[in-house]
Amino acid sequence: MKDLLTGLLGAPEGVVLYQLLFATQFTIYLSAIAFAGGGTVGALVTLLRIAPARSARSLATAYIWFFQSAPLLMLLFLFGLGVPRLLGVNVNVWLAASAALTLYTSAYLAEVWRSAVQSIPTGQWEGAEALGLRFWQTLRLVVLPQAVRVSLAPTVGFLVQIIKGTSLAYIIGFSDLMSVGKRWANAPVEGTEPFIIYPLMALIYFALCFPLSRLSLGLEKRLGTVRKTPPIAA
Amino acid sequence: MIDIQNVRKSFGDLEVLKGIDLTVERGEVVTVIGGSGSGKSTLLTCINGLEPINGGKITIDGTEVHARSTDLNKLRTKVGIVFQQFNAFPHLTVMENVTLAPRKVLGMGRAEAEAIAEKQLRHVGLADKLSTYPSRLSGGQQQRMAIARALAMSPGYMLFDEVTSALDPQLVGEVLETLKMLAEEGMTMILVTHEMSFARDVSDRVAFFHKGVMAEIGAPDQLFGAPRHPETQAFLSKVR
Repeated sequence: MKDLLTGLLGAPEGVVLYQLLFATQFTIYLSAIAFAGGGTVGALVTLLRIAPARSARSLATAYIWFFQSAPLLMLLFLFGLGVPRLLGVNVNVWLAASAALTLYTSAYLAEVWRSAVQSIPTGQWEGAEALGLRFWQTLRLVVLPQAVRVSLAPTVGFLVQIIKGTSLAYIIGFSDLMSVGKRWANAPVEGTEPFIIYPLMALIYFALCFPLSRLSLGLEKRLGTVRKTPPIAA
Repeated sequence: MIDIQNVRKSFGDLEVLKGIDLTVERGEVVTVIGGSGSGKSTLLTCINGLEPINGGKITIDGTEVHARSTDLNKLRTKVGIVFQQFNAFPHLTVMENVTLAPRKVLGMGRAEAEAIAEKQLRHVGLADKLSTYPSRLSGGQQQRMAIARALAMSPGYMLFDEVTSALDPQLVGEVLETLKMLAEEGMTMILVTHEMSFARDVSDRVAFFHKGVMAEIGAPDQLFGAPRHPETQAFLSKVR
C-alpha cells in the first residue's frame, strides 16, 4: 500500500498519506476501546442511577456530574502525567488514554441511557409491578427493551464525539492520526504544509464520522426519538 | 376476603382517604362511584400495595398488605388490577404481554403459559390477535388484552380503575361486556367507574365516595333509587 501510494502520488505526498492512513487505525482502536470501556462502565452507572436504593442513585449522580464537568484534556493529563508521577512508574500511553476516555465516555453514556429509561412512561412500571414483576425483572423485560430503542440514535451520535475526542490524546504522546499529521505539518518538507495536511486530516476524520452521523439520523427516523406518552390507538 | 379498616392516606398535606372501612366478600362485586378527587382510585392502588397507607390496615385473605413482612409481589399475583391507561407493553405481542407474568413470576413453562393465555384471550374475544402488537389494536382491544393479562395470573380478586375512561365512546361497550361476563362468572371485583347504569347492573353493592370519605354504601337499587346521603343525591342528580 505504501509503494502503491508513493508510486501514485510520488514522494513525499504518497509517504505522508500512507502514514496518515496508517495512524488512523490507532484512532479507530482507541475510539473502540473508549466506547467499549465507557459503555460498560456507563451501563453500570446507569443501573446505579435508576436503582431503588437512594445511596446508589446519589453515588451515580455524583459520578456523572463530576466526570461530565471534567475537561477531557484534564483527564488525559491526569492519567498520562499525574498518575505516573504519583506512583513513580511509567504508565503505558494506551492505558492512560483509554482510562481518560473511558471515564469521559461513561459519564455521557450513563446520562443518555438514564434519560432513555426515564422516558418510558410510568404506566409501564406500574403495569409490570401490578403483575407481580420485581424491580429488576421489570427493568430487564419491560423497560430496557423499549429504552434501548430510544437511546440507540443518541448513542451512535455520541460515537462521533468520542472519535473526535481521541484526537486530544496526542498531547500525552499517543500516536494517532492527529499526532502524525501534526508532526508532518511542522516538518520543513515541501508538500506537507499545514494548509495541506490539516484539511487532509479533516477529510479523514470526516470519513470516519459522517457514516456514524448518517446512521444516527437514520435510526432516529426509524425508531423515533424520546416519546413521552404511550401511543393510544382509538 | 378483602378487609379494609379505617384506612388513611395522604399525599403531602392533602388527605385523600379519611378513614375508609369496607369488607368485600368472595364472589362479591362492589363498585365505587364519586366525583374526581374523592379518593376512589387511590383506594384501589392501596389495596394491592402500589401505594403505602398512612393509617389503618388492609387485609387480603388474612395477609396484611402493608405489613413489613408481606411480599407484595407475591400478594399481587392474587390481586389483579387493570388501569385506565391500558399499560400494554408495546415491544411484546399480545401473546407475550399475557404470558410474561405467568412465566416470569409464577415460573410456568412456555407451553403451559401460552395455553392459559390463549384461553384468557379467547375469553375476552382476542383469539385472533395473538401475534399482533398492541399498537395495531384499538383502545378497547388493548384494554381487553390488559384484562386477559391480569386474569392469566388466576387472581382471586380483580380491581378495575376507571377502565373505560380513556376509551372512545363506541369502544366502551365491549369492555363493559367483558367486565359483566366476569361478574357473572363469580369473580370478586372492586370497580371504580363513572358508568352508572353499568354499576347498577352488575354490582352487589355500590359505594359512594365523597372527599375521602365513604359517604354511603348499599344495594344498587337503594343507592341509585333512594340515596340517603345529601351528597349522593347531589352527585347522582348531576351525572344523570
